[in-house]
Amino acid sequence: MNSLASRKPTTADECPGWQAGLDADGTRRIELSGVLDRERVEILWVRANDFVREDHSERWVVNVRGVSELDGAGLALILRLQADVLARGGRFEVEGLSEAHRRLLARFDPKGYAERVAVEPCCQRLPDQVGRATAQIWDDFRTQVTFIGELTAAFAEAVRRPRSVRWSDVWLAAERAGADALPIVALIAGLVGLVLAFQSAMAMRPYGAEIYVANLVTLAMLRELGPLMTAIILAGRSGGAFAAEIGTMTVNDEVAALKTMGLKPVSFLAVPRVLGLVLMVPFLALFANLAGILGGAVMFLTLDYPMSAYFDQVLSSAEPRHLLSGLVKSVAFGLTVAGVGCLRGLQTARGPSAVGASTTRAVVAGILLIVILDAVLGTVFYFIGF
Amino acid sequence: MPVIRVEDLTVGYGDRVILENVSFEVRRGEGFVVLGTSGCGKTTLLRSLIGLEPVQAGRIWIGEDELTGADDARRLRILRRFGVMFQNGALFGSLNLLENVRLPLEEFSTLNREAMDFIARMKLEMVGLKGAEERLPAELSGGMQKRAAIARAMVLDPEILFLDEPSAGLDPVTSAGLDRLILDLAEALGITFVVVTHELASIFAIASRVIMLDREQRGIIATGTPAALRDAPPNDKVRQFFRREAAEVKR
Repeated sequence: MNSLASRKPTTADECPGWQAGLDADGTRRIELSGVLDRERVEILWVRANDFVREDHSERWVVNVRGVSELDGAGLALILRLQADVLARGGRFEVEGLSEAHRRLLARFDPKGYAERVAVEPCCQRLPDQVGRATAQIWDDFRTQVTFIGELTAAFAEAVRRPRSVRWSDVWLAAERAGADALPIVALIAGLVGLVLAFQSAMAMRPYGAEIYVANLVTLAMLRELGPLMTAIILAGRSGGAFAAEIGTMTVNDEVAALKTMGLKPVSFLAVPRVLGLVLMVPFLALFANLAGILGGAVMFLTLDYPMSAYFDQVLSSAEPRHLLSGLVKSVAFGLTVAGVGCLRGLQTARGPSAVGASTTRAVVAGILLIVILDAVLGTVFYFIGF
Repeated sequence: MPVIRVEDLTVGYGDRVILENVSFEVRRGEGFVVLGTSGCGKTTLLRSLIGLEPVQAGRIWIGEDELTGADDARRLRILRRFGVMFQNGALFGSLNLLENVRLPLEEFSTLNREAMDFIARMKLEMVGLKGAEERLPAELSGGMQKRAAIARAMVLDPEILFLDEPSAGLDPVTSAGLDRLILDLAEALGITFVVVTHELASIFAIASRVIMLDREQRGIIATGTPAALRDAPPNDKVRQFFRREAAEVKR
């Protein structure tokens, strides 16, 4: 006889008991007693499971006449035993169960409860991770190519039939992404220009070349930092907003409604946003250039040169090709930011966290693609002398 | 001793009183149904009973503990005695069904993980969701979400189960199965059910006693067994409800 009844809880009467015996005909007989509820069943759970796993008697009888209270957790213990015995081809009976409990127990199919619930692995194996990541990247790539194709086709349609474009949405997107972003773009670009001027002045001072700080700031802002800073701000501000707006529409089945009405979500939702942002981004980049150069001028006040010297240097170094290459980049960045924002919005899954996840992906992917695109365009422009 | 006792309860939002001087008792193990037309305060009453809606006047006892005016410790003790199924399920979207159902066990029991998973799976099978353990709420129909919410509400084997419109949106077969489950649970585990519902079939299946609320009178207009109210309605509103008659449009 095994007894587990000696283990703790409240009173001896309430303590669940387990008495295991063997009948002459080989029947394993289990006598359960005490209170079998959620608070107390834990005392028996592990030991009872171990016992039934190790004892391979063919016929089992569990007697619950001595059980004073039995709740869902107590029934779970009986089902646990039943499932294990039946799974290995044994026979299982419960004695002393009330009709109501018996009916409740009969609701469960012991099949499927026999196997232990696998403990979730703490981490996936490396080949699994690599495989899943590769498949995901490939899927993502295909989706992006499809989206670019759809967007291009939608723009071609827009050029062919300009009246098909929802211009009110275009101007709204332009206002939100463009005009509303002016203060933050100006502030950040101005501060970047200021910091750039200070850092370069430190490097140039030993050579008495501080006057060329103006040239450096101008060149860096026009070709690189103006468009880049603008695009990064837009990725966080407008790309995220596009993903959240369209993502919420996806979750609310508004996108599905568009499809059932025969409308193309890309034409209806993405084209106005992309168009609005792309129209505004060169102006924002110009504004960022100006703010950055003025930021550099603030630093110039600390030097012994007249301010006119700074602007003379700026004008002498600001060649049209520098300005143009920056504007070309800014348009490319704008297309990327808006496209990624809309794509992530349309890819939004179901559930409350899906919109947040899409927004995060839009911002991260937007910034990453901007930097990659900048590197590619910078290299190409260098080699073609643009 | 009644498992729920409500005395002169008045509930409202600001100056607007929804229920006024409502009193009733719920006995242990009974299927107690709150019914009434839309906007009569059924859900408000339910939310008061579970402590979500502040009461303007009156007292509510859950067993021997008074809910109204209870401090945090007593309130927590009372809350553990009941489970609630909200009208829209209120499942946690970021957790799958097994995790949703297991959550109360993780918080309020000392069971090991295997036992918790086992019990959670049982509760899901009980409501007909075996095999859907790994699915997220967003991947389920409204009816399935509702059934999962019932499983979650039942997982701690509460003394009282509050169900807000459990049958709404369910097909008749599933709805009847749910009613059967409620009866089995009440009989086997002694759970008391307080159910807000419109469904006449469910009312007749599970209710041992009903109260009917009325918007104009801001309180209870009828109490009794469903059969008694159907056969001998005390007023026109009860008669209309049980005979599914349309109210006359007043010009």
